[in-house]
Amino acid sequence: MSKIKSLEDLMKIKEKAVKDLQLRDTNTRGKITVAMGTCGIAAGAKDTLKAIVDALNDFNITDISVVQSGCMGLCEVEPTVEVRLLDCEPIVYGHVTPENARRIVKLHIVENQIVSDLLVRKGEI
Amino acid sequence: MKPILVLVSVDSNSVLLGARQFLNYLREQIAEYNLSDTVDVLETGTMGVYTQGVVMAIFPDDVYYAVKDKEDVHKIVTEHLLKGREVLDLTLPKEKLKLFVETAPVSKETRIVLRNAGLIDPKSIDEYIARDGYFALQKVLTEMKPGDVIEVLKASGLRGRGGAGFPTGLKWEFTARASADQKYIVCNADEGEPGTFKDRLIMEGDPHSVVESMIIAGYATGATKGYIYIRGEYYGSVDNIRKAIQDAYEYGLLGKDILGSGFSFDLSVRLGAGAYVCGEETALLESIEGKSGRPRLKPPYPPTCGLFGKPTVINNVETLANVPPIILNGPDWFKSFGTENSPGTKVFCLVGDVVRRGIVEVPMGTSVRDLIYRFGGGLIGGKELYMVQTGGTAGTFVGVDKLDVQLDYDSFAKYGVSIGSGVILVMSEDVCPVDVALNTMEFFLHESCGKCTPCREGTRLAVQTLRRISKGRGKKEDLDTLRSIASVTQEASLCGLGQSITVPLTSIIDNFQKDFEDHIGAGSCPHGVCHFEKSRSKSKVRR
Repeated sequence: MSKIKSLEDLMKIKEKAVKDLQLRDTNTRGKITVAMGTCGIAAGAKDTLKAIVDALNDFNITDISVVQSGCMGLCEVEPTVEVRLLDCEPIVYGHVTPENARRIVKLHIVENQIVSDLLVRKGEI
Repeated sequence: MKPILVLVSVDSNSVLLGARQFLNYLREQIAEYNLSDTVDVLETGTMGVYTQGVVMAIFPDDVYYAVKDKEDVHKIVTEHLLKGREVLDLTLPKEKLKLFVETAPVSKETRIVLRNAGLIDPKSIDEYIARDGYFALQKVLTEMKPGDVIEVLKASGLRGRGGAGFPTGLKWEFTARASADQKYIVCNADEGEPGTFKDRLIMEGDPHSVVESMIIAGYATGATKGYIYIRGEYYGSVDNIRKAIQDAYEYGLLGKDILGSGFSFDLSVRLGAGAYVCGEETALLESIEGKSGRPRLKPPYPPTCGLFGKPTVINNVETLANVPPIILNGPDWFKSFGTENSPGTKVFCLVGDVVRRGIVEVPMGTSVRDLIYRFGGGLIGGKELYMVQTGGTAGTFVGVDKLDVQLDYDSFAKYGVSIGSGVILVMSEDVCPVDVALNTMEFFLHESCGKCTPCREGTRLAVQTLRRISKGRGKKEDLDTLRSIASVTQEASLCGLGQSITVPLTSIIDNFQKDFEDHIGAGSCPHGVCHFEKSRSKSKVRR
């Protein structure tokens, strides 16, 4: 560890560590739920989950929480991901490979567009 | 950063419930189910409740579990972490947790001292910095003069949280004004008051807050050396504080030329060996100097003549933990909590026959009733409340008629209810005041160091008299004897230990006089607690 000599050094450490702590802050703009039933895991949901978290990090998005759930009952289109932003209808995407996951984060979360080619359902299941 | 985070409370209370085993087992299970890439496990401080088991929090789901055995851990891993299904029979209602209890609609947001406990990894200095840690130090060193720091503290009205309630700013000013080649800052972490465990949980959950404010105290008073005197049994606190000091040295926040300001400060840990009297400040100083822990004659007081005969500031852990937020947010912010003469919050330890045993941080001026019924959830098994001891073993015993007294540093003088170190010992109708008084006095007899006669002999006499009453051999004049022992011991004893026995003794006799009188001349203990010996006169009659 290098010595802290000024306010800037302190701020740098704070900025870095704040990210890790934000996970524990529950005031979020919305959440992405990854279905992690055995069917989902077999179809690669774990990689999807990791890709989503990495993508959120890359875009520096901190107000979206990533949560896992059981099987949504859509085993034929696994891995499935549900994006639920505040005051918006939930959107379910299917066949979310890691690349698709990055697209969802980029288009849906950042640019607020629905990724239509992956769309499975709009609204509550 | 991994997507899922499990926080496990590994404070000393939880360790006794098996937190370490559960933590290891949790890590094993996570590896076994191949979840190491997605789940992070961190240790943290207390979350405020223990009665249900070890608390584990899962983020970002914001779900809290109380774990009692390895089977529960297994369930959480296979159900929640693997499949994302909440294990409903293990979840802990959020209102039971300290973090939420405090934000109950009636009270304001009041986490000052416990702002980080149960939230950050106490072994990580970075996480402390992320929560504005060491920013107060930075502000003090770059923007403020030592005198300004003392002015801020004086304006805030912060009073010592160890029990006596001496204004902290004033204490620092005495030391700052004293001229000497060397001054010291000492943190009194020898938390010996039975029933008190708040300091332990602060040190385990947020050790850097103590380290940071000791450096600030050093700058404000001109001291360059500090000692944290922790009782030896507090293994968790010792580990965390030592790690905190080591990390602070590595970041250059301790040592020479801190933050390029030219100010230097060194800090180290000293361990106590379990003597109650060493919580008394001058006995504590003797102990640090390597002598046996016996109190000194006062005056001179430590702020002018303390450790190694040099001016010394001695502050309690909780007092110190208040300092960085006061510096950052200003005295007016601090004064918006609590009462006029006792601003801020107080950490209370709820113990005894209460449903939710643990710690809560509430504004000063919260009533005893609120602490027991609103925060503590009432009495176990719906029993009747009979007696409450406030402020620790050296505090007052009160009955149900004093429940609405608002606790602050003036409540003792006004209503005879002391706040002390913040213990609320709840006792149901199953206890007998005579038995409790005997137990309390036996504690003081055991802990009296023997240096001065009034304390050594006074406690012995009190125990003998109380034992007689509890065995059914009490006499009418015994109560007056006890009262006179109390007053003589108070006036003639050398230190706080002997001086304070009068508080519990007279308060229990005054508030429960009827119970004492009922023991005298009776055939058995009215509460069915004390074992009466058959009196000789009666056995003679039978013969």
